[in-house]
Amino acid sequence: MKQSLSAALWLLAIVAAVVASFAYLQLDFASLFSTDSRAQMLDYAGSFFPPNTSAGWLSKLWQGTLETLAISAIGTLLAAFFGALFSLLAAGRLGNMAKALCRLLLNALRSVPELVWAALMVLAAGLGPFAGTLAIALHTTGVLGRLFAEALENTPPEPANALRAAGASATTAFLYGTLPGVIPQWLAYTLYRWENNIRMAAVLGFVGAGGLGQMLHVTLSLFQQSKAMSVILAMLAMVLLVDALSGWLRARLG
Amino acid sequence: MPVTATRAHWHDPAATPRALLTLALLLVLWPGLQLTEFRPQILFNAQNREVMGRFLAGFWPPDTSAEFLLMLGRATLETLAMATAGLALALLLAIPLSLIATRTLSISALFSGRPSRTGRLLRYPVRFVLIVLRSIPEIVWALLFVRAVGLGPTAGVLAIAITYSGMLGKVYAEIYESVDPQPARALLQSGSSRLAAFLYGVLPNAAQELTSYTLYRWECAVRASVIMGFVGAGGLGQMIDLSMRMFAGGEVVSILLTFLLLVLLADQISQQLRKRLA
Repeated sequence: MKQSLSAALWLLAIVAAVVASFAYLQLDFASLFSTDSRAQMLDYAGSFFPPNTSAGWLSKLWQGTLETLAISAIGTLLAAFFGALFSLLAAGRLGNMAKALCRLLLNALRSVPELVWAALMVLAAGLGPFAGTLAIALHTTGVLGRLFAEALENTPPEPANALRAAGASATTAFLYGTLPGVIPQWLAYTLYRWENNIRMAAVLGFVGAGGLGQMLHVTLSLFQQSKAMSVILAMLAMVLLVDALSGWLRARLG
Repeated sequence: MPVTATRAHWHDPAATPRALLTLALLLVLWPGLQLTEFRPQILFNAQNREVMGRFLAGFWPPDTSAEFLLMLGRATLETLAMATAGLALALLLAIPLSLIATRTLSISALFSGRPSRTGRLLRYPVRFVLIVLRSIPEIVWALLFVRAVGLGPTAGVLAIAITYSGMLGKVYAEIYESVDPQPARALLQSGSSRLAAFLYGVLPNAAQELTSYTLYRWECAVRASVIMGFVGAGGLGQMIDLSMRMFAGGEVVSILLTFLLLVLLADQISQQLRKRLA
């Protein structure tokens, strides 16, 4: 009885929060759906059709798609490399001081969203796909570094210890005792992040970091809605394809 | 053991294939480096270094003037309100769509074991709509709505409503299908309406999972509404964008710290609610 009362109170609080949100934002849906603005919006929506499918634009779209894929792939690869380096520190292999500092760094890298990194990198490296690549690499290094470190901490220490006891150097023991145990997991994490990053790379262009996003932003700013529509369709196709492919791979590889 | 034998053991038999694999990977990646205009030296050229140096130098101390903090507080509330209002609208759309999309409430499936053709004809288009709604990233919707309804939080709310209705609708339909179907079937067979069968047969078993997934999505919506400001949809994101354009490093740091606090706060709120409700 008491529990259901408290649940009811919480529900009431949620409803109040929702009402307060609408009130705070002063969303004017009435004017949004007035005949005047409705006609305007329908007009705008109509201008997106039919999508532009001229050969020249399609080949540009293809370039943009490749660029997006390249941004995500190179960014993820850089992140996997630096993530692996940092994970050694973050797993406490080189002392507790390095461990604490490295965890702080990884957390900071991870908590800044990709789009903010991209906006910063556009300042540092200029407009274009390189800024997007760096943005993906920075955020993903934070994510992968932490995941890699967790994998390192959870892997059994016996093989490396056995190698050490048999006289192998620390590096050799790590390479042949520890690494083979964590590599499959590292690879799985990297592929999973790559999948996410493909989706992210498609929208990083909104702040000028290359790829399909930049094309969408530019065409919309120039009021070329039919070209923008084909960019949106290309993004949609890419996302669906990546989804299907990763689902298929996951089912096959278990 | 003779010395010659140990010498041979030092050589890793898998070294050559590994080296070849690495080489092949590098060859595949080469066009990628070209496409991304991968030129790290750009970061260190004099002009870019000066711009970035000036910007970074402004990072400390964070801006804590009363006026700015007031603006920050307002933008934070706006971000939270956008996420909450957007999710509430998404629910309005997601619940009916998920009820149509789910197979659990199919009456024809009761008798023949699988849904009838008309049922499927209705269900598949709805599923397709849900896929399209959630596969276009929310920030793309935001960009479109900013142009349709103007700058400000309205565009963000609509963008969240659309993307999240797709996500929630799909997952809700799956949750209905994952709970024990017996109660709903019994109700349907004894002649109750579909809505009644859902309310009394499915909902009691699914409520916990539905609540916890919805709260998780609310957390995601908070994060998304920060990001969406970058295309002009209000809230914290719009502030970061403006401050960056003005190279106001101190402001950027204050906003980023606020963002971190907000994400932590959203995490705590949803954890507490999950404990109380689910």
